[in-house]
Amino acid sequence: MKKKHETPNLDQLESGPWPSFVTGFKRLAEKNEMMADLLGQLEHSYATKKGYWKGGTVSVLGYGGGVIPRFSEVPDKFPASKEFHTLRIMPPPGMHYDTEILRKLCDIWDEHGSGLLALHGQSGDMMFQGCTTEKVQDAFDAINELGFDMGGAGPSVRTSMSCVGAARCEHSCFNEAVAHRTVMNSFTDDLHRPALPYKFKFKFSGCPNDCMNSVQRSDMAVIGTWRDDIQVKPQEVKAFVETRGRQYVIDNVISRCPTSCMSLKDDDSIEIDNRNCVRCMHCINVMTKALSPGKDRGVTILVGGKRTLKIGDLFGTVIVPFKKLETEEDYESLVELAETIIDFWAENGLEHERCGEMIERIGLANFLEGIGLEVEPAMVAQPRSNSFVRMDTWEEEADKWRQRHELKEGAV
Amino acid sequence: MMQNIRQAVESGVPDPFLYMHPLMRRNYGQWDWHERPRPGVLHHVSLMGDEIWTVRAGTQRQMDTGTIRKLCQIADEFADGYVRFTIRSNIEFMLADKDRVAPLIDKLLEEGFPVGGTGNSMSMIAHTQGFLHCDIPGTDASGVAKSIMDALHDEFINERMPNRVRLSTSCCQINCGGQADISINVQHTKPPKINHDLVANICERPSVVARCPVAAIRPALVNGKPSLEVDEKKCVCCGACYPPCPPMQINDPEHSKLAIWVGGKNSNARSKPSMQKLVVAGLPNNPPRWPEATAVVKKILQCYKDDAKDWERLGEWIDRIGWERFFDMTGLPFTRFHIDNWSGAKYTLNHSTHIRF
Repeated sequence: MKKKHETPNLDQLESGPWPSFVTGFKRLAEKNEMMADLLGQLEHSYATKKGYWKGGTVSVLGYGGGVIPRFSEVPDKFPASKEFHTLRIMPPPGMHYDTEILRKLCDIWDEHGSGLLALHGQSGDMMFQGCTTEKVQDAFDAINELGFDMGGAGPSVRTSMSCVGAARCEHSCFNEAVAHRTVMNSFTDDLHRPALPYKFKFKFSGCPNDCMNSVQRSDMAVIGTWRDDIQVKPQEVKAFVETRGRQYVIDNVISRCPTSCMSLKDDDSIEIDNRNCVRCMHCINVMTKALSPGKDRGVTILVGGKRTLKIGDLFGTVIVPFKKLETEEDYESLVELAETIIDFWAENGLEHERCGEMIERIGLANFLEGIGLEVEPAMVAQPRSNSFVRMDTWEEEADKWRQRHELKEGAV
Repeated sequence: MMQNIRQAVESGVPDPFLYMHPLMRRNYGQWDWHERPRPGVLHHVSLMGDEIWTVRAGTQRQMDTGTIRKLCQIADEFADGYVRFTIRSNIEFMLADKDRVAPLIDKLLEEGFPVGGTGNSMSMIAHTQGFLHCDIPGTDASGVAKSIMDALHDEFINERMPNRVRLSTSCCQINCGGQADISINVQHTKPPKINHDLVANICERPSVVARCPVAAIRPALVNGKPSLEVDEKKCVCCGACYPPCPPMQINDPEHSKLAIWVGGKNSNARSKPSMQKLVVAGLPNNPPRWPEATAVVKKILQCYKDDAKDWERLGEWIDRIGWERFFDMTGLPFTRFHIDNWSGAKYTLNHSTHIRF
């Protein structure tokens, strides 16, 4: 096919060592009018420093969301790409593929779409970019036949992400893939039919390294952790000290512990004050062979993370310091907790208000009461420092704590 | 004739075990330890004694099906036909056989896919949509990612940073690229330009008013038509009104600038997760290669690399050396705009005599 548009700006992005998206676009443009005009519009954006897409309404039968509609504002100049919609499709947890399924997805996309596929979007979806309104249903049907389903868009539960986790990481503290699927597949209705105040994201990280950035990028972060002692292989500790040297171990392990709970003994063994370990992962990250998370593993749950709009960036806040995730009942109660949170937020959140913003507005204590969780010191960095607070019911509240504690003691 | 209408199968998230490398499936939850034999390669050993080698390579994320088919071909030839992707659009090939690592790397390099992104390297930048597909972009994303990854390619393929470096870009102030060690974000500097003829027909005015974080928008009659007006003294130029009301154009080819933020960290390792902080603004939005922003990123990374201790993330390094020294070392100006005035700002001030001279 003859080159449709000159692209002097984009051409400059074909040189250099990093793989060039422009080169791929050009390959597609050789056989496909839509991508030829898309390249033209992108070049136009580069030349004028402006975007030329507007939204609209496009969806597939039975679903409200999942397609990101894009209509060009310059369709006269670039008619073949005047409709350039994206289908968000949920990948398997951990983003595993065999080549057979990837090829089938490519075949579908060459047939029904532009041939441009982003792996993956910031939302965690496979993004099939570039589809006409007419073809969206056919493309989705074919993808759906392969066992893949639409992701979230709009005021809905959104596509989730989980780390590689137990599939290939020794730090994994729970079954990320199962937790991810169990939770998400309990919310397909809220995912496909946007009817919440705003978006709601779940993310699952297998350990406190939080490779999924869940503390900041999800409304409900499920992060693996453990309650018992760090597992130590004494021989491997000795071997590590021997190879790296004592100074390395002191400078890079012992003195970097945030709660100073480690010491290097005269016999080159390591002593850990596990009661003060905050499960930060640093020593385990450095000494991957000698140290591992404990055996009594589970998750910490934080709620309310999000980026800037509207009230400023928020990290998630601990609402469940520790929860086991092993039995069917454990998973059921995780789903129930998520349902309770989403229901409460759907009821009390303002339009376009994220869950964390609602918590900021009503206060964490009220939120906890609303979803039926008891307050715990692990939920705060420090108690309040401002004395302007009304505390008429102090005795009542203090009794709740005392009773919970007696129960806890009694249970031991 | 009516076409047969197919009902969607609401199957949700697919089962990963269908697509997982058999060695990962077999050792699921049984991994014991790992090491990194060289940049871009991970070696994991399971409690059962199985071993798996992972080769990580960078991709352009926005891939044509030809590129994906090429990666599939490589996976079939060298890696048992399985791949996975990381959160930063790197592709990973898993190998049961150590001897196949080197030939796979050679093949990837030959086909133009850099091998790296592991450990204390700079991984692929978190990539957003930009001009290519966003309806509200102030700049492009793919081009920025490509330019910066070209300029810092050596830091992707080597592990010579003090700790891992995570970068992000965002093409508007919604910042879907997220927090990162270094984040390059569009920063608008002028209030929206309102096309009053269109507001009444396109925008749901009360929800636009509600969207403004500083209550600078109010309903108004302009030229006899219901519209919206902005108190330009209050306006923080965030662009939050633009998505629900496109006639409030915030993007400006000249006045939409880039700002750089540093010290975002989501991991709990050592220090608690931390937000990124503004270090420089007013950089030109200069396609196709954004040389000014790239130069600042390079400068900051160089200072970090030269001065930080092993395992210190960028923000942890600054916490140790202090902001006085950071601005001194990088040569970036410290301005009144660096002093926060949002809610919670008082917690960001120095309430002590801890000062470095």
